[in-house]
Amino acid sequence: MGSLIHDPRDRGGLQQPMLIARDLRKHFLVKGSGGKSVKAVDGVSFTVGKGETLGVVGESGCGKSTLARLLLHLLKPDTGELVFDGDPVGIVPGIAVDALRRQVQMVFQDSYSSLNPRMPVRDSVAFGPFVQGKKKDEARHIARELLAKVGLDPGVFGPRYPHELSGGQKQRVNIARALATGPRMVILDEPVSALDKSVEAQVLNLLRALKRQFNLTYVFISHDLNVVQYISDRVLVMYLGRVVEIGPIGAIFERPLHPYTRALLASRPSMDPARRIQEPPITGDPPNPIDPPSGCRFHTRCPFAEEVCTTTDPKLGNWQGPQSHVAACHMHDPLSGHSRAASV
Amino acid sequence: MFKLAKTALMTDTIVLDQAREGFDEQAIPATRVRGYWQSVLYRLRHDPLTLFFAAIVLLIVLAAICAPLIAPFGPFKESIVGRLKPFGWRSHLLGTDELGRDMLSRLIYGGRVSLMMGVVPVLIASLVGGMLGVVGGFVGGRTNTAIMRAMDVFYAFPSVLLAVAIAGAMGGGMGNGMLALTLVFIPPMCRVAETATTQIRALDFIEAARASGARTTTIIRYHVLGNVLGPVFIYASSLVSVSILLASGLSFLGLGVRPPVPDWGLMLSTLRQSIYVVPLVCALPGVAIFITSMCCNLVSDGLRAAMDVRM
Repeated sequence: MGSLIHDPRDRGGLQQPMLIARDLRKHFLVKGSGGKSVKAVDGVSFTVGKGETLGVVGESGCGKSTLARLLLHLLKPDTGELVFDGDPVGIVPGIAVDALRRQVQMVFQDSYSSLNPRMPVRDSVAFGPFVQGKKKDEARHIARELLAKVGLDPGVFGPRYPHELSGGQKQRVNIARALATGPRMVILDEPVSALDKSVEAQVLNLLRALKRQFNLTYVFISHDLNVVQYISDRVLVMYLGRVVEIGPIGAIFERPLHPYTRALLASRPSMDPARRIQEPPITGDPPNPIDPPSGCRFHTRCPFAEEVCTTTDPKLGNWQGPQSHVAACHMHDPLSGHSRAASV
Repeated sequence: MFKLAKTALMTDTIVLDQAREGFDEQAIPATRVRGYWQSVLYRLRHDPLTLFFAAIVLLIVLAAICAPLIAPFGPFKESIVGRLKPFGWRSHLLGTDELGRDMLSRLIYGGRVSLMMGVVPVLIASLVGGMLGVVGGFVGGRTNTAIMRAMDVFYAFPSVLLAVAIAGAMGGGMGNGMLALTLVFIPPMCRVAETATTQIRALDFIEAARASGARTTTIIRYHVLGNVLGPVFIYASSLVSVSILLASGLSFLGLGVRPPVPDWGLMLSTLRQSIYVVPLVCALPGVAIFITSMCCNLVSDGLRAAMDVRM
């Protein structure tokens, strides 16, 4: 877990999670379909402890990026609530969305489109502090310091335009931009997936170092299990807009509970040529999120699917504390009636 | 497990320090950094053709501005005996028109009206249309639909017909002519700005700006306008020649400026009856219109080439 330095902005104390998401839902209406909607995020609940890194993994289109945007209120959730450090977000005796954005920032996946092509990168970094009331000189000063912190010489790179930087450098600028407003929590939406492997490692190390230095909390979204394993303290596995499993990193990678998580882990290429993958661990595409399967959403691709899986929606196990490891699967619910429920 | 994590943390520090000092991405020598507009200027400087035509346009503009200083005669000075004389007749370098007025002087003065009719409507239309387009494109939804469908109504008419109809309905005169042209140019300007804004709005840096707490007006001012200005400027520069042509057309039809004000379109219209008497003199206003609008067009092409860069 993160360091225990006291932050003057801390309100709820160390035991209070940095962020609680409760039953977040976001459906996008599909035009011309007669009121059908894409259920991008469909009842997602989790907590992020102070100073921890929560990894979010899942296939493309499972709602990871939508979730990231919901956490920052860049998209308004249809239902559900967010509690930031004990204060409900966007409700009157709580924390306003503006104030939330002073404490939570985001790093985007596409380093190309996430910087203004007509603005020198130091101005892009200085923009956040500037709109939050800092004078132009102060904002520039902050930008210079942060560019140095992310490993870019502000004198050389500050006046450059995004097209004059490499992908890794741009992503460093994006990180500096996210940190410029002094956030306590950063949502990283696939921050390294567009980078090649050597740069990816540098950026990941940078992220870890910055986390320690600024006492940050991360929500790290990625489809790359190795990256998530490297950086996360806990992992949340998403499938078709739902949480299927959540737990500490060691537990998830050593004893995955949900068949989907197991399939994801099995699909990782092995370093050992003798243990290369022979059979695809999971077949087919995810079902259409406009019309998700009944019952357990994974039953169409699950090797253990039974009658109960097609009819009853599994509950995300008995969640007890920040370190508990739970999965939404009938095989782990002794009362579900699944034939393997007792044996697993 | 704990021990592993600790070694990982230690390597972090090392890598970060490397990144600060000898990170090979930084080994690139410090090149001169050019902003967008600087690089446009740089490319323009290396385009002699565009520079040549820009010089002609500049010359025409300067001549029009300094008309009283360089025109050999007054533009309204008539002469009963010296009507429709050929080139070089009694120091009238380009001959005289049907009322004996010096053609060269009238052409120079006529440039004032023609250029004004070419630039002012485009400027106003870029401001109004551009603003509507940016707002519509950025806000999106019903506001955008309302604005763009209103523009489509204007689009339904051919631009010449629309200009003639508006100018005809409001009566002639320079002010009404300019207003008619402005109204004709607002819809295409609006569309260009709207398209550019819609593209920009979908990019992540707008979302990042919103995430840092910026309000819509701030985002438009700092992040949208700079990106929309380029396409709008390119399109506006190509409209100047269209505007000069349309304005001349309106004057030719008697819907623009009124005689005796010198204007190329109007001069062409009044001189056309004398085409068999002094054909070369009568063709002069047409030549002036042709040269000016062609040069404007070529300059705008050069600008487009210099500015249309994927960055």
